[in-house]
Order: sequence, then structure tokens, then C-alpha cells
Amino acid sequence: MVSSWEEAMFGPTEELRMLRETVHRAAKEKIAPLAASIDEQGEFNREVEALCWDLGLLTLVLPPELGGLERDKGTALCIAVEEISKYCAASALLLIIQAVGSFPIVHGASEDLGKRILTRIRDERELVAYLVTEPSGGSDVAAVQTRAVKDNNEYVISGAKSFATNGGVASLYSVLARTSDEGGHGGLSFFVVERERSGISVGRPENKLGQRGSNTTEVTLDEVRVPVENLLGVEGQGFLLAMKDFDMSRPAVASQALGIAEGALDAMVEYATERRTFGKPIADHQMIKAILADAATLIEASRGLVYRAAALHDQGKNNTQLASMAKCFASDAAMKITTDAVQVLGGYGYTRDFPVERMFRDAKLTQIFEGTNQIQRLVIAREMLIDGRLYSI
Amino acid sequence: MFHLNEEQQMIIDTVRKIAINEIEPRAAELDDTAEFPEHALKVFAENGILTPLLPAEYGGVETSFVTFAMIIEEIAKVCAASALLLIAQADGMLPILHAPDDALREKYLNRLSGDSRALTAIAATEPAAGSDLLSMKTRAVRKGDRYIINGRKCFITNGSVADFFVAYAYTDTGKGPGGISAFVIEKDFPGLNYGKNENKMGMRGSINSELIFEDLEAPAENLIGSEGEGFANLMTTLSMSRLFCAAQAVGIAQGALDHAVSYAKERVQFGKPIAALSPIQFMIADMTAAVESSRLLSYSAAQMFDEGRSREAGVQAAMAKFMASDTAMSVTTDAVQIHGGYGYMKDFPLERMMRDAKLTQIYTGTNQIMRLVAGRSILG
Repeated sequence: MVSSWEEAMFGPTEELRMLRETVHRAAKEKIAPLAASIDEQGEFNREVEALCWDLGLLTLVLPPELGGLERDKGTALCIAVEEISKYCAASALLLIIQAVGSFPIVHGASEDLGKRILTRIRDERELVAYLVTEPSGGSDVAAVQTRAVKDNNEYVISGAKSFATNGGVASLYSVLARTSDEGGHGGLSFFVVERERSGISVGRPENKLGQRGSNTTEVTLDEVRVPVENLLGVEGQGFLLAMKDFDMSRPAVASQALGIAEGALDAMVEYATERRTFGKPIADHQMIKAILADAATLIEASRGLVYRAAALHDQGKNNTQLASMAKCFASDAAMKITTDAVQVLGGYGYTRDFPVERMFRDAKLTQIFEGTNQIQRLVIAREMLIDGRLYSI
Repeated sequence: MFHLNEEQQMIIDTVRKIAINEIEPRAAELDDTAEFPEHALKVFAENGILTPLLPAEYGGVETSFVTFAMIIEEIAKVCAASALLLIAQADGMLPILHAPDDALREKYLNRLSGDSRALTAIAATEPAAGSDLLSMKTRAVRKGDRYIINGRKCFITNGSVADFFVAYAYTDTGKGPGGISAFVIEKDFPGLNYGKNENKMGMRGSINSELIFEDLEAPAENLIGSEGEGFANLMTTLSMSRLFCAAQAVGIAQGALDHAVSYAKERVQFGKPIAALSPIQFMIADMTAAVESSRLLSYSAAQMFDEGRSREAGVQAAMAKFMASDTAMSVTTDAVQIHGGYGYMKDFPLERMMRDAKLTQIYTGTNQIMRLVAGRSILG
């Protein structure tokens, strides 16, 4: 269902309206019925992946001639992620990471390399993973130790990456490695590394609290050789590419949190109108009304931040601060709303027979990944103190 | 403020050793298999602390409520599900302890004495009667020298493994709370059937069952007190049960906090331990203050029970329960956060603690009910 506020504030195009309707219907009819078992089994679901390919959701951020949208890519990504997240956050994560992993290739690859790799993604339906985090470098991206050493017309890459979403199912990796000892944020570069190259080993899928249908692994690179052409951008441009990637991905993570929260609110409203205590539906008790009201308000506020941040990005404007605000706010909101949703459903909400406990577990990750909410607050404050203004209009 | 005598101190020291040596090492496995915590039952029974509140006259160690709260906290720090075993056991014992008839007390409470492994439970909740217990539908009808009981109970901790439990039913549907009676039911009484065991998000190492009464036959002497005294009996136990939940919540929170402090000191980012970063310092300070306040409020409620100030204690315990459980929820959520990506993985105990914490906001009376109890009492 398309919200009328969207029309009022941001005037979405016909394409975006249709995208939302299409994705919503597909999510409700095809993904929702699988959500519980996906979580139970904790395995990557190929049916859902195929559906996402069919709907064009895994090439959204590619150039138009290679399958991506002409315009409003950031907003489209948020819309698709939101709609799927209402039913299955783990499935939506696939879209986010596909976009995140594709981004350095889209923006850094040479024309030839870009065409070759991106065509591969579209035609062979290849998944991409984003290999940045390491055991000793999470929030501190500059602490990346994976090295890429130039050797004639190749780079030799060695290092260990952790928490790589899609690590075990992707056939292309965007890898952040150190190419010089410049220190700080300098000296980092992105490479595209094809899975078939020798020296790559993928660990077992992580056993996670939530978003269990998403494949998360360690990936180790042991003297993996790639042609120099596989360097994305120029040496030392890696950190900047990563930061620009966040401007696109953080609104999308926020929209995942938003979708989770909306799914939880729907479950709360449905239950509260049926469940009776003390002679009436619990929705008639004032303190339950207060919980529902707070949830709905947080959701509306989250929506505003998400789509404002995405719109600015689509207009080519600086959206860094808004992207961080959206991510921080919407994920904190989702954590609170899902915690309250289990509460409203009482003992039943605590069992696996109802979906809210899964939403509660799924929500927690949104406060952590793509930059912890502690880091987001630093970004927000930093952006404020440089400009003295919230954002450029 | 809360001074333990030597005997109590010895008990706590024993419990702490048990927690670290016997309970903690198996906490993750217990959560994974979601089976009954046999190892915990064994070690608690062996040490005579399966039912610590049991009076000496029935062969128990008769700890104070304060000591019991501390015991629950120590166990909950490492394994909330194992602590739940102690809570369910107390909940099943107290309604019998409060029975006016010596014979009934002697018959059942002696079965819990010493190193007994006999398990108890309390069976009040029904599918249509959670917060609203008066809506229960289970009926007990007197027929000669027995009561015939029909109905269904759900979410009963240890329901399907209890050797005996206390069940509540209407003997007179026209009288509201004055129409409910309490019965001691043994597991082999005819007409008792077990339904499913719940598949829970957390506290998975605890059995939580449906009980189905189909013309269940209980001897008339198993009625606790007189007909119509059941609801008061239930409310007395529930007023104490919420204290136990509070203590458990304090334990869960403290356990998570301990992990967070130790991780923050080890994890290096930006060239130093994250413990050196002010956001982490602020989080830890807030978490610690919340846990400490929750603990003190819980102990104060426990002390009121020990002093026999039961009305005040019930209200204090209601506040302790909602405060401690809300604290456990926020502290565990933040403790996962401090551990970052690692906190989200099952290799670390934080995510389990977060799942376990949530139940403390719900059971022994939801926090919404707790606030009503406290608010209404204070406002008269």
C-alpha cells in the first residue's frame, strides 16, 4: 500500500509507486510464508534469491544499460527493502548487501572491467559480497590489515575478513585492502575479486541471533592474485569509496529497520484487537494504546528520515548526516518496537509460534551493522560541526 | 544494609561455586538443546538448595527471602533457565506452605526435604486467562470424596515434569475470586494429560507445558484450605513470585554487564581498548546504576517479606519486578551492542542473555500488570 504522505512530501514517480506495489505483493505472497522456516533452518534460501532476481531487485544500483534503474536508485532500494522486511528481514538483507557490494564496482571499476563484471552480475545472476570488516577492524575501518601487494601486473592479496554477508553464496567480492602504509584512512584500496581465483577459503556460516536466513561467513584470502585492472578506482581511494557506499546503504539499513518495525506493529494491532482481558480487547486498555501510539509515531518519524536521506542521495546531494540519522533512529526504534511487540503478545509472543520474537531478534542487528549506532552519532555530530547546518537543500 | 550472617554467607559462597563450576559451562548447550536442566536439578538437590525457602521443620535450609534472592541472582548471572528451576520450585511449594492444614503441608513438603529431587509447579494460567486470572475456566466439582476437575492450563513451568503441583479452579462460578479453590495434584492422578511443551525464544532450558485435565480426580483432602480460598492463596504466592523474577532479572543483567565490562577492556579499536571511549563509559555507568538500583529495590522487597510486612512487600516486589526486568532488557540489549558483531553470534553468551531477559518483563505478571498493582496501591 502506498502512503499518501509520500506523495505529499516527495512526490514519488509512477515507477516507484509500482515498484512498491509489486514488491509488497511478492513479499506478502511468496516470502512471508517462508519466513519462519528460513529463520528456523538458518539457511540461505535460493527460492527467495530467484524471486529477487526476477523482480530486478539485485541489479537496482547498476547502471541503467546493465539492468539498474534510470533514476531514484537509492529510494527504490529503500522501498524494496522496506516492503520485504515487513515479512522477512533476512531476505531484505540480501538486497542491501548486493547493493553495498556492487557499489565499489559501479563507481570504481574502469569501463572495461565494469562492463565485464556488471554484465556478469546481471546475466549470470551472481551475488556480490562486501569484504571490509576484519577480526581486529570493525568500527575502526582504518585498522584493516589485509594487504594487496603489487607484483608486476598483478596484486597479491592476503588477509582475513569476518562477518561477510553473502560470503558463502557470492561469486564476486569487493575487498578492501591496504596498498600502502600511509596510515589512518589513507592507503586503502578496493579490489574486485572473483570467487574462482585460487587462495580463497570461506568459513562456515555464522550462527546468529537473528536474520538467520542471511549467509554470514569469514573469508580468508591467501595470496590471491588479481590483475591490476581489478583495482577499483585508484590506490588510496578505498576509504572514500567505502564512505560513499554508506551514503547509499545506511538509508537502506534504516528502511530494513523500518520494515521490521512495521511488521511488528501490524502483529501488535492484530493481536490487541482480538485478545481479551478484563472484559475487553486489550487494545481498549489505555496503556496498550500508548504502546501502539508510540510505535506508530516512531515509524512515521523513521519513514521521514529514510526517504529524505534517500531522496537527497538520488538528487546527487550530500546526505551523509541524514543517512546516519536515519540508520541510528530507525534501528533504535525497531529495537524498541519489537521489544514492545513481544510484550503486547505476552506469553504467546515469547514462543516461536508467533513471528514477533523473530522480529525482535532480527531488529537487534540493525543497531550494529553498517556502522554501530555509536559510530553513527559521531558521524552526525561531525557533519553538524563542519557545516553548521543540518544538510544542504 | 543487607547483612548476611555466616550461615547465609556460606550458602552464597557454595552457590557461587556451583554457578561457575557446574552451571555456566553447560548454559549454552542447555539453551541449544532446550531440554530439562538435569545437571542443575542434580547439583541443587545434592546441596539441599532446590527449595531454599523450605522451612527446617520439613527438612529444608529455610533461607530468608533476601538469601533466596541472592541465590537466584547468582545462578541467573550464568544461566537464567537454571535459575527458573529454582523459581518454579518455590512457586509450587509456597501455596502448600500457606495451607492452613498441617496434614497437607506435612504430606507434600516433607517430600521436598534434604536432597530430594521432587519437582513442583504452580498451575494457574490458561489460554484465556493470563493477566486476567479470574477468567480461568477450569472447574472443580465435588463428587463424594473427590473433586473432578476439567480444564486446561498453559505456560506452566515444569508442568510436565512436576511430581506434584498446585492447580486453581472454580468450585463456584458465581462468586468471582471467592469461587476459586486450590488443589494439590499429583502426576499420577487419573485424568491428568500433558499437552505440548512450548518452543520459546529464550530460557529454553526450562520445560513449559500445557496441562489438560479431563475428569481429573483429586482426593477431597487435597483441597488447600476451604473452597473459595484459592484466589487469596494464589495472590499470596504471586506477590512473592514477582520478587523471584526480579532477582533473576538482576542476575541476568549483572551477568551481561560483567561480560560487557570485560570485553570493553580487551577489545581494541582506534588504538586503545573501547573501555577508553566515553560512549562506552557512559553506557557502562548507566547500566551499572540501573542494575544496582534494581538489586537494592529487590532486596528491600525481600527484606519486607522476611519481616512479615506482606502487603508492603507485594507492592515493593511489583516495583522491583518491573524495574529489574526493564533493566535486564535494556542492559542485555546494550551488552550485545558493546560486543558489536560478536555479540550477535551464538558463540558468545550475550544474545542468549538478551533472549532470556525478555521473559522477565512478561512472566510472574506482565510489567503492565505490575505497574497497575503498584500505581493503584500507592494511589489508594
